[in-house]
Amino acid sequence: MNKLLKKYPNEIEKILSRYPADQTRSAVMPLLFLAQREEGFVPSDTLADIAEITGISETDITSVLGFYTLFHEQPGGRYYIQICTDLPCALRGSEEYLETLCQKLGVKEGETTADGLFTVEAVKCLAACHRAPMFQLQGDGEIKYYEDQSVEKTLAVIEALREKAKQEAANG
Amino acid sequence: MDKKILLRHLDVPNINQLEVYRQHDGFKAFEKVISSMKPAEVTAEVKSSGLRGRGGAGFPTGIKWNFLPNDSWPHYVVANADESEPGTFKDRELMESNPFQFLEGLMLASFAVQANLSYIYLRGEFWEIAHDLDQKIQDLEDVGLLGENILGSGYSLHLRTHLGAGAYICGEETALLESLEGKMGQPRLRPPFPAVEGLYGKPTLINNVETLANLPPILLNGADWYRGFGTEQSPGVKIFSLSGCINKPGNYELPLGVTYGELINTYGGGVPEGRTLKAVMSAGASSDIVVVDQYCLDTPLAYETCMDRLGAPLGSASVIVIDDSVNIAWLVAKTVNFFKHESCGKCTPCREGTFWMNSITSRMMRNEASAADIDLLKNVALQMQGKCLCALGEFSTMAVVTGIDRFRSDFEKHVRS
Ligand SMILES: Cc1cc2nc3c(=O)[nH]c(=O)nc-3n(C[C@H](O)[C@H](O)[C@H](O)COP(=O)(O)O)c2cc1C
Ligand code: SF4
Ligand code: FES
Repeated sequence: MNKLLKKYPNEIEKILSRYPADQTRSAVMPLLFLAQREEGFVPSDTLADIAEITGISETDITSVLGFYTLFHEQPGGRYYIQICTDLPCALRGSEEYLETLCQKLGVKEGETTADGLFTVEAVKCLAACHRAPMFQLQGDGEIKYYEDQSVEKTLAVIEALREKAKQEAANG
Repeated sequence: MDKKILLRHLDVPNINQLEVYRQHDGFKAFEKVISSMKPAEVTAEVKSSGLRGRGGAGFPTGIKWNFLPNDSWPHYVVANADESEPGTFKDRELMESNPFQFLEGLMLASFAVQANLSYIYLRGEFWEIAHDLDQKIQDLEDVGLLGENILGSGYSLHLRTHLGAGAYICGEETALLESLEGKMGQPRLRPPFPAVEGLYGKPTLINNVETLANLPPILLNGADWYRGFGTEQSPGVKIFSLSGCINKPGNYELPLGVTYGELINTYGGGVPEGRTLKAVMSAGASSDIVVVDQYCLDTPLAYETCMDRLGAPLGSASVIVIDDSVNIAWLVAKTVNFFKHESCGKCTPCREGTFWMNSITSRMMRNEASAADIDLLKNVALQMQGKCLCALGEFSTMAVVTGIDRFRSDFEKHVRS
């Protein structure tokens, strides 16, 4: 039984329709994003599902999964706070910003907060160099940019997300 | 310049809405072209405009279009919206703020090579932009500007976005095609070139977002008009992304041939108070490090002049400004770490070379390196040159070699004598 197909039949049909009928392999990356949407990482049992939909081997899909940094193979925080510390941003203080933020959150770069909500990572250029410090928030199947940040501003974003998670937990 | 040609949202509020874009000449070029011009005439006009690719290499756009063979079908066009070079953020602004001009450009290029299905390959981080573009493509289908038999012309075109997932190498056009085909983003051996065997083995035209955004005004106003801007060998306008140690970072649309001095001091507001200009990199992390002196400041930013006067390609014109508070060894360690992270691992010189350069620069940053490490670092870089499968490997050596040659004392501060 193909769990992925059963869960997202319409979306998968839409994804496949974007490529020529004999080129289903092109759907691999969109399908990996889909598989990652719910839990923030690609559960290993979905690889067989994607293999079945696209007609390529599980080994090939695993190599694609491992190649790209936006795909996660292991569970991490619900949200990834990915801070750009590449050269142009570093020239505008992003390394200090990352360090202070990590201190405030009680984590080291690459670690996840105790509540399991936030993994903080340093990443390469995100095409926002003129608005450093900045980070992208990856989670819940979305990616959003937060630019011209200060540690205070970012902590406010984090608090709002914590509040949202609490509400969701309370509402079951 | 009075009016912007590319960053038109600075003059026209809400130009990211279809109605507003159409009120301001939007899709006039496309309507004219599909109703009254032959594909070859479109290509000829773009060729005589002298437009050169804005993705970095500066290759003449019209000439590239002619490379697609007419005995092999279908043809595809792929817009390169991977924009991952450190210091580059122009394509993003175009797609966010003046998206229809970019889409119209892609439609014009598609018509010129008679593609009926074209893709926009965006870096995965541009998730929000991709969703916005999907909506805008839908808007265009709704009014009949995209789809089957557009406006009764007999020409049909569909556009699709495709998201990458975080890999700088996917900006390299053959790696991009691999990625679009659902594979790891590793460059292909050439030949065959994508124009002959590209996406799904078919003739494929790949152009940068900014290149494409230039097409509607060129085809509406003509090649001669476009040549009224810029220099003889680099006609037209360019978006310069300014970042680093600069008072007013951002995108500046200016005619090619504006000087470094004007860009940095007049438009960018110069370096922060109390500091002095030390160096510039004009092609992001892939650049030579150029010493700033009067000669550099007087150099016109055009493809030919940057090469002739400074020996450093203009590239994507993403100018990273460096002032005297910055140690160049630290800067080189940053660029090396970037390339080590982004090397796709397919060929040995790049995979091993970036690894070794990164261990040496890391040692320097921990102040554990010896004086001999400076020359070792340079030697590793020189060993790599000319041996890598794609340009990334070569790019990774530019800052290393020029940095050591021009700012050796900065490296000496990081080694034990
Ligand atoms: C490592 C590497 C990264 C590149 N990244 C990009 C990019 O992000 N965007 C882009 O348009 N071109 C990029 N290019 C250049 C493309 O390979 C290609 O030349 C370009 O998209 C062609 O479009 P143009 O002729 O309109 O410039 C890159 C090249 C290399 C070698
Ligand atoms: S030069 Fe580097 S990025 Fe290019 S193919 Fe070789 S390993 Fe990959
Ligand atoms: S260097 Fe940080 S966004 Fe470009």
